[in-house]
Amino acid sequence: MPITEVRWHGRGGQGAVTSTELIALAAINKEKYAQSFPSFGPERRGAPVQAFLRVGDEPIRVRSEITEPDVVVVLNPDLFESVDVTSGLKENGILVINTRKSLEEVKATYGKGHRVAIVNAMKIARESIGLPITNTTMMGALLKVAPLVELDDMIGPLEHRFGKVAEKNITAMKRAYQEIVVEGQ
Amino acid sequence: MAKKVGMEGSLAVSEAVKLANTDVVAAYPITPQTHIVESLAEMVANGDLDAEYIPVESEHSAMSACLGSSAVGARTFTATAGQGLELMHEVLYVASSMRLPIVMAVANRALSSPLSVWGDHSDVMAVRDCGWIQVFAENAQEAHDLVLWAFRVGEDTNVLFPVMVNIDGFNLSHVTEPLLLMEQADVDKYLPVNKYPLPLHPDKPVTMGAFGPPFIYTEAKKAQEVAFQNTKETILKGWDEFEKVFGRRYSPIETYQADDAETLLLTMGSLSETASLAVDNMREQGKKVGLVKIRLWRPFPFEEFRKTVKNANVLVVLDRCLSFGGPGGPVASEVRSALYDQANRPKVVSLIGGLGGRDVTPQNFEYMVDRGLEIAEKGSDSEYEMIGVRK
Repeated sequence: MPITEVRWHGRGGQGAVTSTELIALAAINKEKYAQSFPSFGPERRGAPVQAFLRVGDEPIRVRSEITEPDVVVVLNPDLFESVDVTSGLKENGILVINTRKSLEEVKATYGKGHRVAIVNAMKIARESIGLPITNTTMMGALLKVAPLVELDDMIGPLEHRFGKVAEKNITAMKRAYQEIVVEGQ
Repeated sequence: MAKKVGMEGSLAVSEAVKLANTDVVAAYPITPQTHIVESLAEMVANGDLDAEYIPVESEHSAMSACLGSSAVGARTFTATAGQGLELMHEVLYVASSMRLPIVMAVANRALSSPLSVWGDHSDVMAVRDCGWIQVFAENAQEAHDLVLWAFRVGEDTNVLFPVMVNIDGFNLSHVTEPLLLMEQADVDKYLPVNKYPLPLHPDKPVTMGAFGPPFIYTEAKKAQEVAFQNTKETILKGWDEFEKVFGRRYSPIETYQADDAETLLLTMGSLSETASLAVDNMREQGKKVGLVKIRLWRPFPFEEFRKTVKNANVLVVLDRCLSFGGPGGPVASEVRSALYDQANRPKVVSLIGGLGGRDVTPQNFEYMVDRGLEIAEKGSDSEYEMIGVRK
């Protein structure tokens, strides 16, 4: 597997950084090479943030931010108004969005030049976790479109990080993996 | 067997501090060093590290507390960044002159103003003459390894100098990546107990850092200088032994594709890995480009450096620090000076970039090589050039 580059967009406090880190840890546990880091700077709750994830079978030497991602994950659909989330997204790349809208609607608005995938992560998170926090849910969505690790590889890192509430997060992640709608599939 | 884990660069540092069974941590949190001292405070609070954690009100006090604890023979660690390192400035000289083997990680950060919490090398370059042994790490593994090595070398009775391990702020401190976590048994094999020869003790009073009138100050400094020059042997031995125990090799000057290179890039710290990608790209284009990385910044490894670059035509140096109105970036100025008397030497081109967290990409390094060759051939009307400046 060549190096896959994923850029997450969220707001400070929504857990984009945690998600990238957990996937990186899961990949490293499976003897892959991985790297995750936040958009550097002071942490500001509520402000648009990015988190970066690289996973591959060879050592990762580049440390610059991801400007030409293979996958973009959007935790919060209102970010489209203030952030150019698809900036640099590769032509065969894919945009994964947490949204209530239909695939057709999303495709018409944001789907130019790349594929889109949608999942109602907010609904899943509310039902499975009981909180409107979508970061772990969106991990399931990402792993469906980009098999960086197996879904089960995430269980260890999630349990380590979340302890007792890990199970609900694992359920939400698995649901998103099932319920995601991917363009052309 | 050492375990491969995913870990943030900052935690790789604190894990090494824990494995070294450090006695005292005195530190003040500052971005981007914060995760190092936060995790150490947690380890001490949880009882995972049997150490005294001294929260202080400033970096000046942090280093002052380190002087005291190191002087009683306690294994002492601190960490800082940017403005914090500058606030420590005067105490850094006291630490080295009093021969106190404190280990400090610096998560390199730009200096204000404008206020920047992001990475460059302005902080460390402003303290390069403070008499500390100084090394640069390229990734989390190296940060982890070099902290342990720093304790061993600094505390060796042939050395007794403080050691500074530089890790790039954010680009290294905040990146989660794979590393081999050292085993406690290997650490215990590698790192002997700290036996500071003349520790402060109420039963055996000694005077440390006494008054130095003109009749003795020069001699004191000469003694310090001779002792500092003599650290080299132990530094190298520390790396030889490290390889024997952990299997990873470190050298004062390291290279990538440099043997037959006509043009050499010179970097320090975490940008070296990015630069190596540019070298691969340019090699594919048939350009004979290589990379030189300075690991050991103080004492500067003149002999190894001269030998490494002597056959190249052009040496392009990237400094992540400005010397306003000076002869070039601090690193470029030093290597130019190191080469001045040599019969065979490359032309040295001084470029300044990657300031205040500005991303440096492999493409930027390719530009640096092209621009460096142009300047070497046609000359320039200035001593150095800032790259990537938006017009």
